[in-house]
Formats: sequence, C-alpha cells, structure tokens
Amino acid sequence: MPTYGQGHRVAIVAGVRTPFARSGTALKGYTAIELGKFAVAELMQRTGLDGSLVDLMVMGTVLPSVTAPNLAREIALLPHFPRTVQAYTVGRACASANQAITDAADQIALGHADIAIAGGAESLTQVPILHSRGMSDALVAASKAKTLSQRLAAFAALRPRDLVPITPAIAEPSTGESMGQSADKMAKLNGIAREAQDRFALRSHQYAAAGTADGRLTAEIAPVPVSPDDTLLAADNGIRADTSYAQLAALRPVFDRAYGTVTAGNASPLTDGAAAVLLMSEARAKALGYTPLAYIRSYAYAAVDPAEQLLQAPVLAAPIALRRAGLTLRDCDLVDMHEAFAAQVLSNVQGLASKAWAARAGFSEATGDIDETKLNVLGGSLSIGHPFGATGARILTTLCHELARRDGQFGMLTVCAAGGMGHAMIVERA
Amino acid sequence: MSDAAVGSSSQSTVPAAELLLEAPSEGITLTREGEVAVLTYDAPGTPVNTINSRVAPVFAQCFDLVEGDARIRAVVIVSGKADCWIAGADIEELRGVTSAAAGETLSRGGQALLNRLAALRKPVVAALHGATLGGGLEVALACTHRIATEHPKTILALPEVQLGLIPGAGGTQRLPRLIGLRAALDMILTGKNIRAKKAHQMGLVHELVHPAILRAVAIQRARELGSGAAPSVAPRTPSRDAATRLLEDTPVGRRVIFQQARASVMKKTGGKYPAPLAALDVIARGLSAGIDEGLREEAAHFGALTVSPESRGLVSLFFASTALKKDTGLADGETATPQTVTRLGILGAGFMGAGIATVAVQAGTLVRLKDASLERVAAGRRAVRDVLKERLKRRQLTPLQFRDQLLQVGGTVDYTGFQATQLVIEAVFEDLAVKQQVLREVEAAAPHAIFASNTSTIPISAIAQSATHPERVVGMHFFSPVHKMPLLEVIVTPQTSPETITTVVQYGKRLGKTVIVVRDGAGFYVNRILGPYLTQAGTLLDEGVSIDAIDAALTSFGFPVGPITLLDEVGLDIAGKAGPIMTSAFGTRMQPAAALAKVIASGRLGRKAKQGFYRYDAAGKREGVDDAIYTMTAHTGARRVVNPVDIQQRTVLAMLNEAVRCLEDGIIRSPRDGDIGAVFGIGFPPFLGGPFRYLDAIGAATAVQQLDALEARFPGCFAPAPRLRAMVASGERFYPHDSTS
Repeated sequence: MPTYGQGHRVAIVAGVRTPFARSGTALKGYTAIELGKFAVAELMQRTGLDGSLVDLMVMGTVLPSVTAPNLAREIALLPHFPRTVQAYTVGRACASANQAITDAADQIALGHADIAIAGGAESLTQVPILHSRGMSDALVAASKAKTLSQRLAAFAALRPRDLVPITPAIAEPSTGESMGQSADKMAKLNGIAREAQDRFALRSHQYAAAGTADGRLTAEIAPVPVSPDDTLLAADNGIRADTSYAQLAALRPVFDRAYGTVTAGNASPLTDGAAAVLLMSEARAKALGYTPLAYIRSYAYAAVDPAEQLLQAPVLAAPIALRRAGLTLRDCDLVDMHEAFAAQVLSNVQGLASKAWAARAGFSEATGDIDETKLNVLGGSLSIGHPFGATGARILTTLCHELARRDGQFGMLTVCAAGGMGHAMIVERA
Repeated sequence: MSDAAVGSSSQSTVPAAELLLEAPSEGITLTREGEVAVLTYDAPGTPVNTINSRVAPVFAQCFDLVEGDARIRAVVIVSGKADCWIAGADIEELRGVTSAAAGETLSRGGQALLNRLAALRKPVVAALHGATLGGGLEVALACTHRIATEHPKTILALPEVQLGLIPGAGGTQRLPRLIGLRAALDMILTGKNIRAKKAHQMGLVHELVHPAILRAVAIQRARELGSGAAPSVAPRTPSRDAATRLLEDTPVGRRVIFQQARASVMKKTGGKYPAPLAALDVIARGLSAGIDEGLREEAAHFGALTVSPESRGLVSLFFASTALKKDTGLADGETATPQTVTRLGILGAGFMGAGIATVAVQAGTLVRLKDASLERVAAGRRAVRDVLKERLKRRQLTPLQFRDQLLQVGGTVDYTGFQATQLVIEAVFEDLAVKQQVLREVEAAAPHAIFASNTSTIPISAIAQSATHPERVVGMHFFSPVHKMPLLEVIVTPQTSPETITTVVQYGKRLGKTVIVVRDGAGFYVNRILGPYLTQAGTLLDEGVSIDAIDAALTSFGFPVGPITLLDEVGLDIAGKAGPIMTSAFGTRMQPAAALAKVIASGRLGRKAKQGFYRYDAAGKREGVDDAIYTMTAHTGARRVVNPVDIQQRTVLAMLNEAVRCLEDGIIRSPRDGDIGAVFGIGFPPFLGGPFRYLDAIGAATAVQQLDALEARFPGCFAPAPRLRAMVASGERFYPHDSTS
C-alpha cells in the first residue's frame, strides 16, 4: 500500500488546544506564545509523556512577535521539557499549523526524530503594530545621533502621516485584495448564492454547538484561566447555539456593500487560540504503550494564482494527496475543510466536483462529490473561530477523534491559505 | 574554583604558582602567584568549609608567612568548594563547650585571629562564592576588599541568633561600622540571608563578578591594592539618606534605633530569646565605648549564650533537623530505592490541595489537580497563583518563572493525565468512605502511583482496607498553610512498603519539608499530642477561665498562638471531626470539654467563616473574644482568674505526657522525631528544644510528681506514662548522651 513514511509510519498520538475566543475577548491578555504554552503544557500532562523524549517542536504562527519571533522555541522552554528540545517556527498563512505538522512528520519519516510536537498559536488581539517607514527612519537616526541637536534633527523630517502606525492587514501583498474581497469574488465566479452561504454558516454553528454540548469538542480543550479573576474557560466563545438563518440573512455585506454576499456571519471571525498535536513514529508509540488516534497516510500542498481564486487551492491539493494515499474521495469516511468563508468552502466543494479543476491538477476525472453527511460534522472555523497559525492542528485533532468515534477508516482534511495556497492530508486508522 | 582565564588584558602573563604552605588535613594551601598570595580553603571530606579549632592556627600561620614574606604584597582568600565559601563555625565544636568561660575563650580566640587578619599590613581580598555565613562572613568582614559572585548560591548572613547565639568573632562590631547600624541590626537580629546583589547594594561587598572569573579578578584586584594604586573598582558606599545619617551617626539617633529594635525584638520573641537582646547590648556598647570594649562585651555574651538553655534547645533542633535531612525514613537494615516523583496528582483543589500544589510546582513537579468542578479547580489554581504572586512581588521569581510555574498545574475534573503520576495525594472531604472511593479510582487511573492521604484524623490502615495495593498506601500529613509550615508527617501502616516510604520521604524533603515518619494510629503524632492539650484548654474554659487568659498563658510559655486561637485557625469543624475519633481511641484524656463540644455544635467554623471563639471583622481581621461563647459554658458568671503557671502546667504537661505515650506506643521512632514534630508542627517553643528535651530539663521526677497531683484532681487525664515513671527510678534521660541540656 503506497503510504507516506517509508517504513516510519507517523502516528498522531494526541491533540490538545486552548478554547478559541473571538479576538479582543476572553484570551486578549495572552500572547500567542502564552496561548501555545497552555496547549502544549496540557498536551504533556494528558499524555503523561516524559518531556525529555521529545526530539523536536515545530509551531506555526502568522503574525510572529517582533521580540520573540521563534515562538516554538519559547514554548519548548516550558518547565515540562529539558532545555534541549530544538524548536522552530514556520509560516504558511492559514496552513501554518499544517506546515508545522508535516515538517515534524517528515522528520519522523526520515528517521531524524521519533517524537515531535507540532501545532500553532495566534493572538489576533496582540498583533504587532509597526511604526511608519518615516518614523522608523527617524528612530534609527536618533539612536545613532551623538548630540541633542542631531537627535532633534532626526525627528525634524517627520510629517504627520508618519505618525500613523501600520497595523497588519489581511490582504494579499501581491494583489492588494483583502481576504474578504477574494471570497466575495469567488462567490460571484462560482455562483455561490448568499442564501447557500448563510445556510452553511448556520450549519457550522449548529454542528459546533452540538459538539460542544455533548463534549466532543470540549474534550480537546485545555481549560485556560481568563478574566475576571482567572475563572477557567473550557469552551469556544464564538459558537452561537441560538443563531438562526433569519439573523444571518439580516447581516449586511462587509466587503462589497452593493453586490457582495460575504458578511460577518458567513466569514470566520478573528480569533485567539493555540493547538498542538503529539506525533510519534509508530514503533515508538507502540513501545511507549500509546494507542495512536490515527496515522498520516499522505499529504500535499498546491497553489493557484492569488489574483484568480485566492482560496481554491485545496481543490488542487486534495486529488494529489488522495493519489499519494492510493485512495479516492469515496474512501474517506470524513472530510474536514477549513472554513475561512462559507463562500470558499462551497467553492472548494464545487471545484472538487469539477473536471476542469481536476484537469488543472493533472487529473482526467473530477476528484468527486463530497457527501454532505461526512463534511465538517463538528462545524468549523466559521463557528469555532480561526486563530490563523493554530487552525490546522485543531482540524487534525478533531478529525482523528471523530473518525475513531465513527469507527471510520480514512479521513481527509483541507486548508486554504493566503497567497493562493492549499493543503490536504489523508489520515487513516490502524 | 577553576582557574578560568580572565578576559582582562592585564593578565597577559600568569606567574607560576609557588607552594608556600600545605595543610592537607585541614584543607588549607597557601601559594604565591607573583606578588599575590592565594589562601585556598577546601576542608577534606565535607562539602562545607567551617571555622574550627583545627583550622584557626593554620590560618594564623598563613598570616605570619604572608606578613614575613617581602615578595608578597597582597592576599586572596578563596574556597575550593563548589558552592560554599565558609559556612560558619563548627557547631559540633560549640556543642562541646561546657562553661560560659570556655565559650568566652573560644570567642576571644576567634576575635584575635580576625583582628590579626584585619591588621595585616598587606591588603586581603575575599573572593566569595557560595555560602558565606556566620564566622565565614566575619572572616570576610575582616578582609580589605570583598568580591562576590552574582550567583544564587552566594548567600551572606550572620545566622547566629537562630541558634540562640550572637556573632562571636567581631561580627557585631565590624558589620555596623561597614553597612550602617540599621542594616546591621536587621541582619544580626534576624539572621536573614542576603543575596549577592543585595549585598552589593548594601555595601557589604565591593563588587560582583561571574563565578568563572572570580579568582582571576580577585588576584588582579589584590595586585592593584598591593601596589598601592587605587583599585580600579571603587568601594561601594551604601547610599544613606539624610534621615538615616542623622539617626545612625548621632548618639541620640542611635538610642532611638536601639529602642525601636528592642521593642521589635520583644514583640517578636516575648523576651524568650536572650540572644537578640544580647546582640543589641553588644552593638550599643561597641558604638559608645569603642571596638575593643565592644569585642570584650561580645565575647562575654557569646560565652554566656553558648551554655544557655535556649541555645542548647535551638542547637539540638538544628542537629535533629540536619539528621532528618539525611534520614531515608527506613528502619535500620531496611533498604529500598526511592522513586523520583516528577508528576504528582492531587485530589481536591481546596485549601490543602492547592497548598500542596504550590510547594510541588516550586519543586519542579508537574501537578495534575483534580476536583469535582472546573470552578473548584479554578479556585485552587487561584490559591496557587496568589502564593506565587507573593514570591513574584518579592522578586524570588521572575515574571516568566511565575507564569511557567503556574503552567505546571494542570486542572482537570476527571482522571486524564493521572496515568503517568508516580504519586497521588488526596485532600478530599474528611470521610472514610469518600477516601476509600477515591483510592479505588486512583488505583484504576494511576496504576503505578503511590496513594497518599492527607487526612489528619482517619487511620491510614482504614483507608488502605479498600486497596488492591496496600503496600502503596501511606499518609502524608501536611500542615496548614502548606507553603509556610515546615513539617510533614509521613504515616506508615504495617503494610506500607519500604519503597513507598522512602519515596514519599524523599519527595517531602524535595518539597522543602522536615519529614518525620510516624506509625499509623489515631491522630498520628502531632494531632495526638495536641488532643489532651486542647482538652485541658477547653476544661479551663468550662471552669470559668477567660479565653484570652488561656491563650495569653500559653503564648507567654512560648507558643506562637494559644490553644483557643489555634482552634479558630484550624477550623472548628475539623476539630469537631477529630474529637470523637480521639476520644474513642484514648478515652477521657482526649474527651473534648463541654464548652468545646457546644461551640462546635453551634456551627461556628472559626476564622475561615469569621466566627469562632474570637470575633472577626468583615476583612477577617480578629477583633476580640466573643463573649457570647461564655453563655455556652458551664460557668456563666464572672470569669475566674487562675494563675497562668497553673494553666501552662495543665495544658503543657498533658502534651508532654502524651508525647511520651507516643514514644512508648512506637508512634514516633525517637525523641528526636517527637521534638521536631512538636516544634515544627505545633510551634512548641523552640528554645525549649521540644517536649523530650524539655522533660529532660525539668526532670522525669518533677514531671511525674506534677502529673500525679493533677491526676488526683482530674482522674483519667494525667496518669503519667509508664515509661516516665520508670525513668524516675532508673534516672534515665531521653537524650542520655547530652548531659548539658
């Protein structure tokens, strides 16, 4: 069977995440590093793993701290580990955690590591805010100045517009188009109606609410102390169990106010949170007595022209991952697609069913129709939230757990990412 | 110290060292490196350097050699130990002093040696790394220049008062002259530890360096000082504000400082400890009459204090706790390898559970804290946070350490994460069925873990009855508040395995506790000796004695709080639970007094609910006796006045007698453990050395005579322990080899 790993089959042993909280709310007091520490500390406690056995930590983040850019290394310096766990941080936009996971998995597959922690963390509350170019130049010049007059001269050139700070925008550097504008454009290109988007968003909330109520989602969550007075938050705070289609339909479009269909209700919210998974070689997992949740069978990355359909690349990555797994979409018992926008998910679903899109990836047949009953059965980023760097690890953890609950064999996850990139991974149970 | 290379350019050529003196049995070598002599002290066969009668003459010989060798222009004193410079005088030797005169002679000898050092015509640089305590710091004070390493192990202190003594080698004179009167009093009267950075700020040391370059910098500085050039590092003078100068530099101001200090000592010690008062006298004398007179006074007081009963008691406790640090907890001949506890499960996130979690994370343990709801877990986590925050405020933790230590506590409402714990401590509701239930759950969830109960009343054997592995069941009785109370009672049943015992004893020590191993039985040791003591306190209340009079009599005896206050602090509900268990095990002498039973039955909980024998304001601050209590006593009229000595005798003798019974019953292994348990667990006056020391001091005959008299008045409460009566006949003592106590 053509599986990934060349003899070093990679097991997903466990996954833990923080609650996901709309940015500026419950987790606003924490940096991404601190959020990552909550997830990883609890992962170590739940699994009971001896920290000295960990060979490597890889974490993803999209907006790294300017003062502590290697987030993974800061987390690896938790007292749960010896100080010798090497660690690095990766960025692949919304697929950063996925990149971290496949990097770690590759190291295990190569035999360079036996045990790795991978995941990601993001605070979209505590984002780095930059000085303007003009202000930066003045500050650098002032720091080099030797006399007061030189120092004053450095600031003399400042103009009022230089005082305006630069905040990170969720826009494509290459096209200048914001993520929301891209989603709105995709809805138009693919004919995704506003009603379909709102109904999909509603479904996301309802499924996530059900998974929270019955504990399937909360079981993956490390309780995190929050204000006031460090009560423990143990569930996501963006899931609206009581939302209705009518409420969603009443929202005004945000990006294209005249003809757009993307609203705050059918787009994923800015979110703070972190997630991590524990990966091991199959042999090591067995030797340590762990029962893996699942194994990585294959994965793939792909990209499209960001100026065309920014979030459509999962459609190219999925058939490649399936081919590498020697499987078809029909073999998958569950599919978990990252929900950046309802318009994007529905465009991805449409693309997977399209021969034209399959041809772009070099396939003569469409990847296939997605069985709605297998798709995002516990909701997704629209309801649960989307801390950019962390989402991939959340999806992998939830997919593996739900696959086990349903006693399924294969599961596929896909993630779209800024820059026109896409990721797909196939997991299998023992 | 290693001879690490120094970065300084002036060290381009290192002269070959010439050996001038070698005293291997004392661990002292003197070498000459160019114009600098290096005296290295590395006492053989011990991890610490001490000042004793064997090394003193060798030091003197070194000083003579240095003085007489024209090639030498300066000296460096350095330690060969990993993290100790000189840890003080040899206490074993002090214990051998049998008269005040001999103690005074010892002090005069030390003073003479350090006067010689201070008067050397060549500058001496003390290169300090590690513990620089007591006599060690006095040596450093007599040097010209002090360089300390900026390292957590580098601690400077004059801890003599903690052993009932004062510095006896000039420390009381040199320290105030160096760092100012108030700072010196703070160090000498409390014995507190000063870290290197603080020592530098205070002007106690001249400079701070990294340990790797200590020796090289010290030699370089000695060379500079010896050449007569001004050293490149100016001595630091502590910045004193105008008010401080006015106070410290004028006789009137100094009198104010001494009055304040004396008042503070009296408030803290009740005048029970002569050493700090003596230190005040000696320092005052030196400042008014000059250093020679001050030194004479220092030696005289030092001599008297060495043979004082207070110092004997404190020194005895010091040796007992030092011995317990090495104790594996196993009986003679038994061996077992302790398991290292890296993961601890705690059941119950209440006051005790959270307290245990707090000390555990500080020892580096990962803690799994379980309770029935996330709200309770959060409350427990907040309790941990608050204690750590206090440490953060005192700069004992960095903000990162604070957050990371807090992350070592993982909260849970189920048993996830327990599978890897080596030890689980339960601090759940004090009920046998509940404890047996959680024991069964833990055996399933944590199949390899030792199960320890933090119960204070329920016999461990009873809990262990539901165990599949009774060999892994043990008691760990912590005292509240856990992060402050130094004692841990480890309770073993006949089935507890040696490996279990030695594992929990070792872990208890890692938590910073002094551990005594006691045999299972109602009340174990500490609460058992507390039983008859509290019963007597309650009976006095029944008889019409006022609450504050009872408490005052016992604080005046030397307890930190009186027995009624203790009940309020511990919680009346907890005391109420213990009462019937103790009565059924031991009968009348443990029967709670009528007043006690009534107050407990009234639903008052004590301080935690702001209502007990005393009144508390909304913030929990104590206001005074609650007179309503008296309406619950048999004697409702005016309060009877009883001689405090009678109150002390009844309560304390009941406790002493019970301690002897515990020894007879094999509950405690030795008088040593009994003394430690009473002092560290209850606050039995440390200057008395503990119940057994105290019994030796008053004599078994006196004790038995008084007990017999009391038994006649209160039948069933004071019958002397058979062992005590036998000791009257045999003349035996609890500490037979220590006739001076």
